[in-house]
Amino acid sequence: MAGEATKALSNDVLWGGGRSPFSISYGKMMMWFFLVSDALTFSGLLVAYGFARHATTDSWPIGEEVFRALPFIHGDFPLIYVALMTAILIFSSVTMVLAVEAGHRMDKKGVIKWLFLTVIGGAFFVGSQAWEWSHFIHGGGGYITTADGSKYWVHNDDHDTHDPANAAGFHLVKAKPGHYLIPAEGDHAHVEGAEAQALWNDRVAYIDGANMTRNEYGPPQYANFFFFITGFHGFHVFSGVVINLIVLLMVMRGVFHRRGHYEMVEKAGLYWHFVDLVWVFVFTFFYLL
Amino acid sequence: MERDDIIEYSLDAHHGEEEGRRIRRKIWVVTGLLAVVTTIEVAVGAYWKQWFDASAWHMIKLLYVVLTLVKAGYIVAVFMHLGDERRNIRAIILLPYALFILYLLFIAIWESNYVHRLWTEFL
Repeated sequence: MAGEATKALSNDVLWGGGRSPFSISYGKMMMWFFLVSDALTFSGLLVAYGFARHATTDSWPIGEEVFRALPFIHGDFPLIYVALMTAILIFSSVTMVLAVEAGHRMDKKGVIKWLFLTVIGGAFFVGSQAWEWSHFIHGGGGYITTADGSKYWVHNDDHDTHDPANAAGFHLVKAKPGHYLIPAEGDHAHVEGAEAQALWNDRVAYIDGANMTRNEYGPPQYANFFFFITGFHGFHVFSGVVINLIVLLMVMRGVFHRRGHYEMVEKAGLYWHFVDLVWVFVFTFFYLL
Repeated sequence: MERDDIIEYSLDAHHGEEEGRRIRRKIWVVTGLLAVVTTIEVAVGAYWKQWFDASAWHMIKLLYVVLTLVKAGYIVAVFMHLGDERRNIRAIILLPYALFILYLLFIAIWESNYVHRLWTEFL
């Protein structure tokens, strides 16, 4: 790789100016230009998110309070699932760079092995994101608001019921004023039996899960930005998996071996690393801050 | 017609076994670094309230931004091989982008402060 930047070229092939300015192939340069414009789109989305969050006078939820569930396991795991998704994506980036390195040695078997693992990692990430969306949309029981403006979390043993007040284990937990997710301190926070039933009957609104107009986690923009930013990124991951799969099939058919170089793997790799790069920023600015 | 004005740059990237071992070692070192940084970020995000008091949040936010830029730098320079390209291609990729984003950040922070003040004072 050091060769590209340092190799002295013979005058016969140099540009009219006497020097090749970039020592980079047309395809790779255009991929970089595309990535810069795509990076501007993602930056626009993240800056818009920052703008909305900074300008709002409403309380804004933080990731460690919203995202604390794992599939198949009950319990409280703040950010663990997102961390797992991040690890999967970073490792699929590593297998991609190893595929590129194998390509530079014309090692067809190595390219196939690492590119295959990259496709698996990407598919895993897309699946994880689908689970996270499903969990986000269905919510954790929702809350009711009362006429005096306070919020109560709805709890029962069966999350899927449309009539939570009649489900077993129904009780309410008062939320801290001005907060969506934090329970109020003290004994009065926990309401059961007839008192809970009365509060439920006199509710002003019942908000459960998330959609485009309202959600149980925070202001409406919170869910909108979640859907748009992670959705746009997920779309990139999905198209990256498709591109990698096509390149993998071409590698297996020996197209690049006959061509004499594996630059197509390198170009697909640039796109794939970019998807990982965007996730690093989404992870920080949407989930951590 | 055979074109004679195309230079096949991709062949310059080819290397042997010895060079490949060195490059792979570098890739795994960077992988370890990214994993460590992500672990620190998640641990701090999940448990900082037990470790520090609430006033530490501003410093933690700053730490997150710095760690994210470190990760992004390693991904771009090593995984995307931009560090191995010529200086002028690095410059035409990074400089216009950085300039525009710094301006966008400045204007977004400035304006959102203003909107926030409007909403607090007049609504």
